[in-house]
Order: sequence, then C-alpha cells, then structure tokens
Amino acid sequence: MRRSIITFCLLSLFIGLEAYAQKVKGSDSVLPLSQKLAEAYAKKGGRVTVTGGGSGVGIAALLDGSTDIAQSSRKTKFSEKAKLVAKKRQVKELAIAMDALAVVVHPDNKVSQLTRQQLEDIFTGKITNWKQVGGEDRRIIVYSRETSSGTYEFFKEQVLKNKNYKASVLSMPATGAIIQSIKQTKGAIGYVGLAYLNKEVKAIKVSYDGKNFVAPTLEASKNGTYPIVRPLLYYYDIRKSKAVTPFLNFVLSKEGQKIVSNVGYIPVK
Amino acid sequence: MKKMFRGKKYFIEALWEGLLKISGSVTSIIIILIVLFLFSEGMGLFKKNVIEEGYVIAVNKNNPIKDLTPQQIKDVFDVKIETWKELGADVSGNQIVVLRLDDIPNYFPEEEIAEDMSNLPQIISQILDDNPGMIAFVPKDFTQTNFTGKILDLGNINFKDFFGGKEWFPTAQPAHQFGVIPIVMGTLWVSLGAILIALPFGLAVAIYSAELASKAVHKVLKPIIELLAGIPSVVYGFFGLVVIVPLIQKTFNLDVGETGLAGSIVLAIMALPTIITIAEDALRSTPRAMKEASLALGANKWQTIVKVTIPYSISGITAGVVLGIGRAIGETMAVLMVTGNAAVIPHTLLEPVRTIPATIAAELGEAPKGGAHYEALFVLGCILFVITLLINLTVEYISYRNKNKVA
Repeated sequence: MRRSIITFCLLSLFIGLEAYAQKVKGSDSVLPLSQKLAEAYAKKGGRVTVTGGGSGVGIAALLDGSTDIAQSSRKTKFSEKAKLVAKKRQVKELAIAMDALAVVVHPDNKVSQLTRQQLEDIFTGKITNWKQVGGEDRRIIVYSRETSSGTYEFFKEQVLKNKNYKASVLSMPATGAIIQSIKQTKGAIGYVGLAYLNKEVKAIKVSYDGKNFVAPTLEASKNGTYPIVRPLLYYYDIRKSKAVTPFLNFVLSKEGQKIVSNVGYIPVK
Repeated sequence: MKKMFRGKKYFIEALWEGLLKISGSVTSIIIILIVLFLFSEGMGLFKKNVIEEGYVIAVNKNNPIKDLTPQQIKDVFDVKIETWKELGADVSGNQIVVLRLDDIPNYFPEEEIAEDMSNLPQIISQILDDNPGMIAFVPKDFTQTNFTGKILDLGNINFKDFFGGKEWFPTAQPAHQFGVIPIVMGTLWVSLGAILIALPFGLAVAIYSAELASKAVHKVLKPIIELLAGIPSVVYGFFGLVVIVPLIQKTFNLDVGETGLAGSIVLAIMALPTIITIAEDALRSTPRAMKEASLALGANKWQTIVKVTIPYSISGITAGVVLGIGRAIGETMAVLMVTGNAAVIPHTLLEPVRTIPATIAAELGEAPKGGAHYEALFVLGCILFVITLLINLTVEYISYRNKNKVA
C-alpha cells in the first residue's frame, strides 16, 4: 500500500514536471546543438526535452501542436507555409546559429579547389572524371545525403541552383557514413557539416566568383568569405512565445552562443 | 463435491480454448487491417497531381504546348532540354527560359515588389507576357486573379510513369519522379545474390551438423550459429561498411566498394542462422527407421543423405529457405549502410543499388504526411508485400508437390 502511494506521488510529480517542459523537435543537424543547450539550461533549472526526426517532422509537429519549438536546418517550404496559413498559425523564425558545409574528397586527391560551376557540373553529372578539373584520370564518385536530410536540400538549392543531383549519386544515411566512405574511396567527393570535418578527408577550397578560393574554416564562415553557409533555425508559435522566451533568451545569450561554437557551429551573435 | 470440481476444470479448459480462439482471430484481423491500410494509403498516390502540391506550371499565352510528361518537366528545369522544338512545340525564339520564384528579381526590380507580395501575380503575368519562350513554376495562389499566362493541366500521376519510370527523384521540383524500376530491380538483385550465397553454405552446414557432426562439435556449433541470429542488423551494416566494402573494392579493383554484392554478402550472413536452424530441424525429423532401412539395403552414408533424408525433409528445408529470403528482402538497416543507395538500374552485382526497404526507411521520416512522396513510399511497401507473397505461394506450391511425390 505504502509503496503504491509513493509510486503515485513520484508519477504525478513526473507528469507535473513534464507538463512544464518545453519540447523541441526536428532537424537532426540541429539535434546535437539543442541537446547541449538543453543540458546547460537544465542546470539553471529550466526543462527542455529535445527529439530529432528531421526538419520536416519538426514543422509537422509544430502544425499539430505536439511540439513547442521546431528546429530546422532549412527555411520552411512554401507548402508548409501554406499549411500554417490554412491553420491560422503565426509562426516566428529565429536563427540560433550558422552552419557551413564543407566539400570533401579523398586525402590523396590532387585537386584542392573548385568553383561553384564545377561543383554543379560534378553533382549533376556533366563532369565525370577528375582530369576534367585538373586531377588525375579517375572516375568521380559522388556521395550525398538521403533526400530526407536538410543538408541535401540546402546543397541542392545553394550549390546546384535547384537542379537535380544525377541519378547515380550514392546516398548515405548519415554524415559519419559519408566520411567513412570517402576515406576508403579514391575518386570520392561529398559534403559534410563543418562540425564533422576531420583529418581523414580533405576539404576543398570553394569559389563562387571564380577568383577567390576559400577554405571552409570557422573564421571564414564567420566573416562571410566562405560561401556555403546556412542558418540553423527555431520556429515557434507566436501564441506560445511567452512560454518559450526564457529558453530562447538563454540560447542567444553569451553562454548559449558559446555552446554553439563548442559544438562546431558558428554563433549568430 | 467431486462433480463441482470437475465442472471447474471444464470451465478453465473452455476459457483457455476461448482465449486461444480470440487471440488467433484478433491476429488475423490485425494483419488484414495492416494490409488494407498499406494499400489504401498507397492508392492515394494515383489521385495526386504530377506537379508539387500548391504549385502550377505556366507558359506564355501564345505557347501551343499542351502536355508534358514528368520526365520532360524535370529535364526542362534541369536545363537538359533547352529548346521548345525538342518538346514538339513551335514557339518564337525557340529557346526555353525557366522561371522560379527566386528568379523574379532578375526580371523585375526587387524594390517594386510589395512587402506582402500582393502584386506578385501581376508581376508574374507581366514577365510571362514579355518572354514568349518562358516556362514558370509558381505557387497556385499567385495565378488566381488577373493571370494572363497559360496554365498547363498535366493531370495525375499515372501507373505507367510509376511502374515504368526509370528515375527516382521523390523530392524533385516541380515534378516528382517516381520511377520504381531501379529500386525494384535493386531489391531483386540483392536478394537473389544473398540467397545464392546463403543457400549452399546454409544447406552444407545444416547437413553436416544434423548428419555428420559428432555430439561435441554439434554442442559448440549450434550456439555459435544461434548467436549469429542475435546480432543487431546495424552491427552487421557497420561491419559490412568497414570490412566487406573495402574488401570488395580491392578484390574486384572497383571505383566504389558500396555495391549490390556487399549487400548480398551481409544479407547472406544474416539469413544463414534462419536457414541452418530450420533446415537442420527438418533433417533431424527424418524417421530413424527410414534411414536404417536405406543403410540396411547397402546404401552408404552419402547415398542415404541424398536419396532419403533430403527428399523426406525437403518441405522443411524450403520453409527455411523462404524465411531466409523473407529476411533478406525485408532487411533494411544493414543494406542501407553498404549498398550505396544509388537509384540506377543495376546491370551487375558490382554496382551500387537501392532497395525498397532502404528507400522507405531513409525517406519516410521527412516525407510530409499525406503528400505524394509519402504515398509513393506506401506503394513501395505494397510492392514489397506482393513480392514476398509471391515467393511464399511459389514455395508452398513446390513443397506441396514434393510432399505428394514422396507419399
């Protein structure tokens, strides 16, 4: 009897706390950052629960009200905006950090810089051999993320100018798998978030104007010279802004932005 | 007193019987419901428009073009088709100019676009009027009032484009490309490869362990094989990506190691325990009398195995093989990690392939619920269901025939 009373008390306490916790859901690229932010925020007494699933999942959850904040690595699509308008929801967008995408190749590859046009031609299949861009005579193997990934969409919009990837692109389920595959494939090229860059692969210098080639570093993406940069966003319902403001303030505070750069992303402030 | 006791016992038995009956029927009903759900979600796809929801394709009002296939739309917007002549239309200037919302500032000073975009419909109309060779991909809302261009009615996604299509670009704009041939072929190739590798090994191990191995060897062998079945598929996938993929790349001197063969090998290893355990049990179920009769007639051990034991247990062995194939076709995670997932029609096992389960697993999470992409993935599920059903029926038929022959 006594045990059941204690269990009941604990359970109700748990449910009570859970009701006050802010829920963050969405992009897997933002997930590690949100988790670190939530941990730090918990030390200050706030409660935030974070789950992944992809940018689209987060925005869908915001639509049906099952999350308070949707985390996203891309801006809302027109179709999603239309759904929000149809449900008479006013949603606010907040950039919490920036992320740069690095184009990476096998460490033995002699090519060390590419223009945007060359990247487009490689990923859409017009250029198929490394000797066409000044490398050795070897077939180019293109690695990409799955279509569900925000990174896939972002790279398509920004670098390929909305053209489709070629059909024979190898799609990998995770960034770690892309690094592993590029490491063991001589003719490989792919893209990963700046935070994932390591010595096992070689990052390419990129140029959008054909003259200035910039390596993907934290510095270069911060001062805007490196071109392939995307915002990481939080979306929330205006009606709930009172409840989520403390957490958002913490995210944009000095402490929160320090966590952003610790995780490997670029602070917005 | 005794009578009452007996009555109680009877009651409990009846209760058990009822419970079993209920659980049996509930399971069957649930299975039927799942299949119905699968098909009802999937069939919605063929009521969806070819163009992404909420958007339209518009051209200049003098443009004679009437119909475009999804493939043509994709090629136009990827700048692979550059002239109207290639599409069979006679348009002055002939050159195709593509307009997306983001391109509008190139034609119209950005300062003159209203903050709430209320004048966008007029702007789009005007740009279309000025450029006879233009094709525009714009939101439907902007074409409702005073729109002077011609909106193309492209109809719904049809069976032919889906089952005969060779390109899988589910998120392509403006038109989704749902061509399932490469994915279905990929699934069949990988599963066939897996079963070709697993079958001889599995049968060999089963025969050895049931007929030839000593008790001590059997005691060690059995738990090891059963352990194989307990390893999570992600671990197999990771093992495949780090060990098998580079090995294949080196052995066949390939540009890429992520191939159908890598998937087949991983799947074969995963299907082995199922095949071995079930086939072995079937072999062991051969009556001792039958084997002894064969040996007494002067047949040696090998002849007894081939002529008596295997024919007797063939239906059990085929059951094992079916379950093995079932595991191979439906397996997701391990394949997702090692086959490269390129949606191109494979010609050999040494090319990257994309399978149905991998496609569903990788894409369903981000497909907007109720959208064309979401429903296309359900149709893929239906295809997978039909494939496994066909295999099951075939094997049922074969084992039924064999049973009759032996009897």
